[in-house]
Amino acid sequence: MKSRITRQVPGRGLGLPGLARAGALTALALVSACKEPPTTRRMPDSAAASRGLALIDKVGCGACHEIPGLDWPKGRLGPSLAGFDDVGLIAGHLPNRPGTLAAFIRNAPAVKPGSTMPPMPLTEEQAADIAAYLYGIDND
Amino acid sequence: MIDALWGWPPPVLDPAGPYSERVTILAWVLLAMALVVTLIVVIALWIAVKGPDSLKRKLGGEKTVWIGGIAFPGVVLSVLLVWGLMMTGSLSEPITGKEMRIRVVGEMWWFRVQYLDNQGRVVMDGANEIHIPTNVPVVLELTSADVIHSFWVPHLSGKKDMIPGRVTLLRIEADRPGVFGGVCAEYCGGPHALMGFVTVAHEPEEWKQWAVQRNIALGEAIEPFGSVDVAGALPVVDDDVPPRIPPTPIVGEAARGRALFMSVGCAACHRVAGTEANGLAGPDLTHVGSRRTLGAGILPNHLGTMMGWIGDSQAIKPGIRMPSYDRLPAEDIAAMAMWLEQQK
Repeated sequence: MKSRITRQVPGRGLGLPGLARAGALTALALVSACKEPPTTRRMPDSAAASRGLALIDKVGCGACHEIPGLDWPKGRLGPSLAGFDDVGLIAGHLPNRPGTLAAFIRNAPAVKPGSTMPPMPLTEEQAADIAAYLYGIDND
Repeated sequence: MIDALWGWPPPVLDPAGPYSERVTILAWVLLAMALVVTLIVVIALWIAVKGPDSLKRKLGGEKTVWIGGIAFPGVVLSVLLVWGLMMTGSLSEPITGKEMRIRVVGEMWWFRVQYLDNQGRVVMDGANEIHIPTNVPVVLELTSADVIHSFWVPHLSGKKDMIPGRVTLLRIEADRPGVFGGVCAEYCGGPHALMGFVTVAHEPEEWKQWAVQRNIALGEAIEPFGSVDVAGALPVVDDDVPPRIPPTPIVGEAARGRALFMSVGCAACHRVAGTEANGLAGPDLTHVGSRRTLGAGILPNHLGTMMGWIGDSQAIKPGIRMPSYDRLPAEDIAAMAMWLEQQK
């Protein structure tokens, strides 16, 4: 693909459309030469995230939390979870990492003694799916 | 409830009892007839626009009008009417007195449920959840405490309005156990769309156990288990049924929650049998911990949703009569929720 572009550009002459085209192709070549995103970057698993949203709906997290993507309910007793991926500490106390978050979702008082968020009727896998959804919310 | 109404096939096409089955058959026949008539109209239209002249002349002739315009609809509609009325007649057949009786009162925006004995006396109060045995006809005595509501469990029967000052009767019967969602089907104000309930059909033995745990006098509440037809007779409980589950001892936070429930005002509107909480304005909470849903069929029932509901019910179901208790500390809300969840 790239080799075909370089061969075509000189043969186009110096007409204005040709120049514009050459510029665009050069830009494209530059962009495509950019480094791939580092593989260590955490990308939310979209299948887990969609399972997570269904679970959020089923378990009723919305009774206390406003959660982007959930039309109803938007409870106000607990904190809003919009932009949760950018929050530094879970419940102002725990490092915001997927494993910690999943454990907190499933049994908050065990992870943060004194938490008023009660344990939820969820398995560990289900809690991990919900955590995946919360990290995948993109509303910045 | 919401869960129980989702999925394919839709509940109206998935009857779970003899009454809804007739409604479903009627719906399919209606659909089939609509297709036949549409087909006839499309063919006639094609002839009128593109067909050969001989056919066009026939289509516009007097004979076609007599047959297609008067005889055909007259005969078909009459037959359908008679057949439809005969088939759905059982939906409104007279009450024999042998059916199980349950009174359901529409309230803004929930359902009060009262189990009656065959003398019409209330043997147990409940809310937003109706428990019935399978293969037993149940007569629902529907009424309303405020505006017109409409009672609808699509799996079990058609709709029936709940009218203030009147009692309307609706028969339901389930031929298989299951949880069947229901809704208010008549706009009744702001939170109307969030006014639901569940109907739980149990195998008769399981229902019997359920009823005994709640002190429902079987002998009178339901005929198939043997009735006592003496006016003024006291409810009788069979001797061979398992004993009632002893109440869970209340300790720690739940005990504090119980005291809070009585002191912060909940007891003014809610009743919990066996306690001083005796309010009648809101749903009876005697067995709230065993219900499948909260907020009239809209949320799953567990400690978390109970807390969210107590703390800010207005955020979940805006406009309802229960205020948000967001002025209470979260620890107090948690304690009350804990106690309520123990009310099995």
